Amino acid sequence: MTPELLVAIIVTVVGASTPILIAALGELIVEKSGVLNLGVEGMMLVGAITAFVIVFVTGNHYLAILLAAAAGVATSLIFGFLTLSLSANQTATGLALTIFGTGFSALAGQGYSARPVTLLGPLFPAEIATHPMWRVLFGYSALVYFALIMVVAVWFFLKRTRAGLILRAVGENDLSAHSIGYSVIGVRYLAVMFGGAMAGIAGACFPLLLTPQWAERMTAGRGWIAVALVVFASWKPFRLLAGAYLFGLVVTMELYAKAGGGPLSAIPSELWAALPYLATVVVLVLISIRRDASTNAPACLGKPFLPAN
Amino acid sequence: MPHRLELTGITKAFPGVLANDNVSFSVKPGEIHALLGENGAGKSTLVKMIYGIMQPDAGSIAWDGEVVTVANPKAARKLGVGMVFQHFSLFEALTVLENIALGMDAKIPSRELEARIRAVMTQYGLLLDPHRTVATLSVGERQRIEIVRALLLDPKLLIMDEPTSVLTPQEVEQLFEVLRKLAAQGCSILYISHKLHEIKALCDTATILRGGKLVDTCDPKQETSRSMAEKMIGAGLKDIVRAEGRALGKPKLVVSRLKTEKAGHFDVPVDDVSFTVKAGEIFGIAGVAGNGQNALLDALSGEIRSDDKDAITIDGYGIGLLDTTGRRKRGLCAVPEERNGHAAVGDFTLSDNSILTARDRLGMVMMGLINSGAAKTYTGKVIADFAVKALGPASTAGSLSGGNLQKYIMGREILQKPSVLVVSQPTWGVDAGAAAAIHQALVDLAAAGSAIVVISQDLDELRALCDTLAVINMGHLSQARPVGDVTIEEIGLLMGGVHGAEAHDAIPA
Repeated sequence: MTPELLVAIIVTVVGASTPILIAALGELIVEKSGVLNLGVEGMMLVGAITAFVIVFVTGNHYLAILLAAAAGVATSLIFGFLTLSLSANQTATGLALTIFGTGFSALAGQGYSARPVTLLGPLFPAEIATHPMWRVLFGYSALVYFALIMVVAVWFFLKRTRAGLILRAVGENDLSAHSIGYSVIGVRYLAVMFGGAMAGIAGACFPLLLTPQWAERMTAGRGWIAVALVVFASWKPFRLLAGAYLFGLVVTMELYAKAGGGPLSAIPSELWAALPYLATVVVLVLISIRRDASTNAPACLGKPFLPAN
Repeated sequence: MPHRLELTGITKAFPGVLANDNVSFSVKPGEIHALLGENGAGKSTLVKMIYGIMQPDAGSIAWDGEVVTVANPKAARKLGVGMVFQHFSLFEALTVLENIALGMDAKIPSRELEARIRAVMTQYGLLLDPHRTVATLSVGERQRIEIVRALLLDPKLLIMDEPTSVLTPQEVEQLFEVLRKLAAQGCSILYISHKLHEIKALCDTATILRGGKLVDTCDPKQETSRSMAEKMIGAGLKDIVRAEGRALGKPKLVVSRLKTEKAGHFDVPVDDVSFTVKAGEIFGIAGVAGNGQNALLDALSGEIRSDDKDAITIDGYGIGLLDTTGRRKRGLCAVPEERNGHAAVGDFTLSDNSILTARDRLGMVMMGLINSGAAKTYTGKVIADFAVKALGPASTAGSLSGGNLQKYIMGREILQKPSVLVVSQPTWGVDAGAAAAIHQALVDLAAAGSAIVVISQDLDELRALCDTLAVINMGHLSQARPVGDVTIEEIGLLMGGVHGAEAHDAIPA
């Protein structure tokens, strides 16, 4: 394996992992506040079509990312209103949100399929990344660095800030947090909106980072993997990073195995397609078997907040 | 010197109930003042008004001689009122430090807060590691968090709502030392309880409420527990009535070499436990909490099955291999310690809860179909016979107060007339009048020929109730002795100080 190939593989892995990582970080914050939003896949699709249309019309990638985030927030507010203000069942509402997002994006994307846009280029000027080795550090688009910064930011927010402590308290014991005087519903709205923004940006990664066009359901279940990752990573941001990159690695292996021939290409493509999902879940289940995993789950996850008076 | 707190004519009405009716009393600086009364006498409502959670309909509250309005808990804390609630509002997954930080009104950097917490803990001997997760702490340690949280605000009045109902005797002693130290420094303490011997040991003054009215103010050191109990319930306290010259029957419950496996980090298993309970006998098991009581109850009830059929026998029939349902059919009923969630399902109606344990013994299920009429009738009988304050069989278990739920659960099992009844903490958190009723029901059940096992931490209760007494310590059961032959000192020695010593661990740096 040449250094160039290795670098190419790493760059592909990082790219494939990024949307899952961004979406999972958003969902982690949502779940830490005690809300289970299963609509990540739907919000990602809304983000993806928004980003595609904006880039197609204006050609401005950063505007596309911004508006994809806004579209994600808007979609998440539907969920927030139903589950937080009206105390609807979170599981059912989340599933409905995914169905809504899938349908809405397909409708909005009619007539846009097979029309190419340009991918978001690397953040740093090409002169810095002339040597292939430097590409490993400086060869990515802004979305990749954003995802990595958010890993640290989410960890820091939860562990080191008072706002993060309040968020965890709300997810841990909503009634106590309420009695101390924190706004449970307010905190959860903010968390759900953050989750929506992150899912929207994660969706934007698909047309801007991976395949420069619009295809129905182009997120291909990555939103679900993001939700699963959060649980199996025991709500820990750095484990989330490991899980997402593992997923990206197996996805990339599939690409190279198909292209490169050899013994790996003998594996049926259906199995290859399932393998990233299988491998990620298996590895993370093994990690989370340890006892500390259960204590890290937010105790109020998925339960509506119903104060006594 | 003005009174620290003075209430004048406090009145508070809820729809259908007058919770407080023209209540006036005062607390001096440095005084430990008891607020006594049965469940529902209006103690909690009164302190909620002092702490600003509720507002009085009439009357006034004076603080250091000046009339004040306590609009909310924040205002109360600003005056210098601290409160430790009966049910802690703690976050289990968070650390001690994080829990305390969440409850502070002012934003204090965590390093400074930690230094202040350590200073308070050293000053009062409240030992805790600020970085431990609350889920790993005992109930007594959790209460210390609440106390530290209150003390950090330098309170001039500390309200304690039934603080000892969940503590072991050692923890109670430690708590009293802290409270005495606080009082000596001029902090007033308002102490709510219905444990009369504790009030005699701790308090300078007692204000007694009954039905929302103040009925008496007395010096608990001049009173007997009995005289205070009678003031609380407003009538002579009934003694346990036993039939004269009653003889115990044949051995009914025989436990031999019963043991359980260690199930979790905090579980204390029982090892080689043997005892015999005769028909008509009440067999008491004393011991400090956490010495294997839970494992013993589970092993007797059938939640933990034995691998030896004859480890437990009723009238010679081995039930060791049976599960709870099988044992109930054979006549063994059990009441675990934790009422909400273990002995009863909080979200179920009382009627449904009756079906859960009484269905086989009382024929509430026929060919898989529930006979809800039978369940309702039976539950109504439990409510009536045990004076459970509930709207009816359709109220949910979770809507009952702790004492009332306990009365219901005890009644539900006793009225099934089990031939063996195993109960843990039968009168925990139940007021004196109701406790006497539960005790009488147990004595009557025994008189009818049942064998009864009572696991309790309350030595007074065991000595009043039981014929025979044994002590459980680290999963081992001492030899059983007739209750008349054993002194309180001997029981104390058997209980050992093993767990008490652990509580004196130094604060880790």
